[in-house]
Amino acid sequence: MIMTCKVLLICLSAPLVSGMIRKMKNIVRMRKGPGILQPYCDLMKLFSKEEVVSKNVSWIFYASPAIVFSSGISALLLILIASPGYQDAGSFAFLIAAFFVLGLGRFFQALAGIDAGSSFGGMGSSREMFISSFAEPAAFISIFVLCVSGPGTPVFSFFLAAAALFMVILAETSRIPVDNRETHLELTMVHEAMLLEYSGPSLGLIELTGHIRQMIFFTMLSWYLFPVARAGSLGWILFGLRIMAIILAVALVEVSVAKMRLFRVVDFLSFAFFIALVASIAAGLGV
Amino acid sequence: MINFFSKQLFLFDPLTIFFLSVIGLVSIPSAIFATGYLRGESALKKLTVSALFLCFVSSMCFVVTAGNLLSFLIFWELMSLTSYFLVVLDYKHEKSVRAGTIYLVMTHAGTACLMAALFILYKYAGSFDYLAVKEAAALMPVNVRNAVFLLSFVGFATKAGVVPFHIWLPYAHPQAPSYISSVMSGVMIKIAIYGMIRFYINLLAPAPAWWGAVILIFGIFSCLAGAIYALMARDLKKILAYSSVENIGIILLGIGAAVFFSGRGMGGLAALALCAGLYHLVNHALFKGLLFLCSGSVYRQTGGLRDMEKMGGLIRPMPVTALFFLIGAMGISALPPLNGFVSEWLTFQVFFSAFTQSGGAVKMFMVLSASVLALTGGLAAACFVRAFGMTFLAMPRSKHAQEAKEANLSMKAGMALLAVPVILFGAGAGLIAPVMYNISQSVLGGEKIAHTFYSVSVLPFTIMISLAALGAVVFILMKFVIKVKRTIYNTWDCGYYALDSRTEYTPTAFAKPFRIVFGFFLLPYRKSEKIRDSFYHVSAFKYETHTTLVFKKYFYEPIVSLIYAFACKMRKLQPGSIHLYILYIFITLVCLVWFVTVF
Repeated sequence: MIMTCKVLLICLSAPLVSGMIRKMKNIVRMRKGPGILQPYCDLMKLFSKEEVVSKNVSWIFYASPAIVFSSGISALLLILIASPGYQDAGSFAFLIAAFFVLGLGRFFQALAGIDAGSSFGGMGSSREMFISSFAEPAAFISIFVLCVSGPGTPVFSFFLAAAALFMVILAETSRIPVDNRETHLELTMVHEAMLLEYSGPSLGLIELTGHIRQMIFFTMLSWYLFPVARAGSLGWILFGLRIMAIILAVALVEVSVAKMRLFRVVDFLSFAFFIALVASIAAGLGV
Repeated sequence: MINFFSKQLFLFDPLTIFFLSVIGLVSIPSAIFATGYLRGESALKKLTVSALFLCFVSSMCFVVTAGNLLSFLIFWELMSLTSYFLVVLDYKHEKSVRAGTIYLVMTHAGTACLMAALFILYKYAGSFDYLAVKEAAALMPVNVRNAVFLLSFVGFATKAGVVPFHIWLPYAHPQAPSYISSVMSGVMIKIAIYGMIRFYINLLAPAPAWWGAVILIFGIFSCLAGAIYALMARDLKKILAYSSVENIGIILLGIGAAVFFSGRGMGGLAALALCAGLYHLVNHALFKGLLFLCSGSVYRQTGGLRDMEKMGGLIRPMPVTALFFLIGAMGISALPPLNGFVSEWLTFQVFFSAFTQSGGAVKMFMVLSASVLALTGGLAAACFVRAFGMTFLAMPRSKHAQEAKEANLSMKAGMALLAVPVILFGAGAGLIAPVMYNISQSVLGGEKIAHTFYSVSVLPFTIMISLAALGAVVFILMKFVIKVKRTIYNTWDCGYYALDSRTEYTPTAFAKPFRIVFGFFLLPYRKSEKIRDSFYHVSAFKYETHTTLVFKKYFYEPIVSLIYAFACKMRKLQPGSIHLYILYIFITLVCLVWFVTVF
């Protein structure tokens, strides 16, 4: 029951987080921008629209939004079960499984990108798989560090692992140094190119999953920030504060750096990987 | 006097039975597939194929049930030879013969090393029996044991297609007919893994930890090199062959960790690692067998297409083959709830537990292995998005692809028999993992330690239920509550002109980011040229790109040219004069007499 509430709460608040990041960016840029509830309005609009579907597509294209959505929710369930109350082999297993489940969604998304036969879709799929395959080692090692460090919370290794995971998150949620959600310029888009053929409710479902995926990563990152598990309302308030801090960090990074060339992303992610590696050395030494 | 008559002819322990079931699981569906594949061929060809196939499969069965070194070697050789004949089945093509020759040379180079290792063992044991070998192994000098390990490792690694001994694999597997490749790739290369487990964990126990480290390092390189080459290949079957190299690497991560930990006296962890290795072994047998059968179906039903640049859109004429290929691709990309996920997940847990239970440099080794596995997983997913997407989705890129037809019933049945276990071994991990664990326990001996994996191994089933339930909810919502209205229209073409298959993203383009990033390893070559009618008019573009096979170019080709140069020099010994030859015979005789009297 509590789990259902948690899942619902996180799903419902997920678009809000995206709205807040956008608002924050606009405040920094001294623009007015849409309200923080804009993502909800966008979703409502998408769900009430008609779909236009390419005549070249197969069942993969139709099935993908549902698979993407259910993999997102399943991954959310997995990480909530693995909440950092017990940091051991069991919770490592759950967290890694959550990554694999998200991989299922990505796999079908990439296939759907190819399905319509447009060169944008193929390009998006290729780049998405490219980025994600380099993000994976860094993400796994950060989680490794989170799980090997017991309740004693060695601060230094956590700090490094959090930095690595933060960089991975920028890549995985298509944020600025890696990808740009706001552009639809053919040569620069990655994630959006893959979704180009989607419209209406299917697109809505995928966008909603995008928000949820982002929440999954933010929740994971929040465990590194104040690694003290708290139950009850205080826990929720702490959780909210951590998410706010992450939102601020993401928004500041997005407005202050420029988007990188695609091949620089590898350098970015290998840097994340090496930070994570250093974090694991630190965790091994117990600092 | 050599004692050829061994007391122990056959051996049936849980490990043997496990390998026999793997052989059965893949060979039977492949045989069923072959009956459909060979429809319309001449009776002679059918007879030849069935005889060779039978001989091949039974020799594999005998290798794993052999109870002594001699019969192991004999059936090992028989397995190599029958598979050679199966590779050159299409002997009228020069490519097949060439692939067969490379295979034959490599496999015999490996077998020579293996023979040397096993005869050293015989010298110390005084008998070919496994039991005698096991007793003698404990008393052997350390250096001899290490020599046995290194020699036999080269032998096994050549058969298994471990980098850098993998050179034959991308030639032989694509050239053999698909139902043979599925057995070769699914099972035959695993027989080498059987050899490793039998010798390093069982017979030569206790193995020193560095043997395990060597196996792990070779595993790491196989993983990465296999995954990168698989991403570059254009030939569908070549992709599968390279991906076998990669998956053998993942299996070796498990096996190597098992040897490593049993050498360090960490029995529980070794059992878990071996369990992960064996689980991935059976998984790879299943999905690689399935994928080879699917590629065979594509090859036959499109009239001989293997180049992905000419495929596309096959999901419409061949929906069943496409579905089976998708299941295989999902399995091999380690997507839950299918089987590849379970074994890779288990391997990660092994590395995690190892990290927490050991210290210092071992910790770093484990983290590095885990990160290599993560990278490999990502690359494999990209590779199979490319393989499935470019083959089955979008628009057909050639006339052959357009006119494809669905496979016939027995081909479908063969594929289905492999596709169902791919799902069962994933979702049913809660039932299967304990069985695997018991097998690895029995190989290692020692105390039984329960692991957290027991409690979480039901997770894949839960994930499947959750995915299915959520998917059903979404489907119902979309269909009945939101009532999605759909208009079918053209793909977005930026408002220019109608898109056709020429404007699609190609497999080469899909792999381009990887080609650039791994340029230091692939050494890509490209050339573009404008063909002009006159200075003002360019009539055509010529574009050429390929990657360099590093191991072939910088390791094997120098060796081959050295051997060739040496052979040319040796030719001077044979000028064709009968007198000289008589002299040679005389010298040989004198040498032999001297040898016999001295030794």
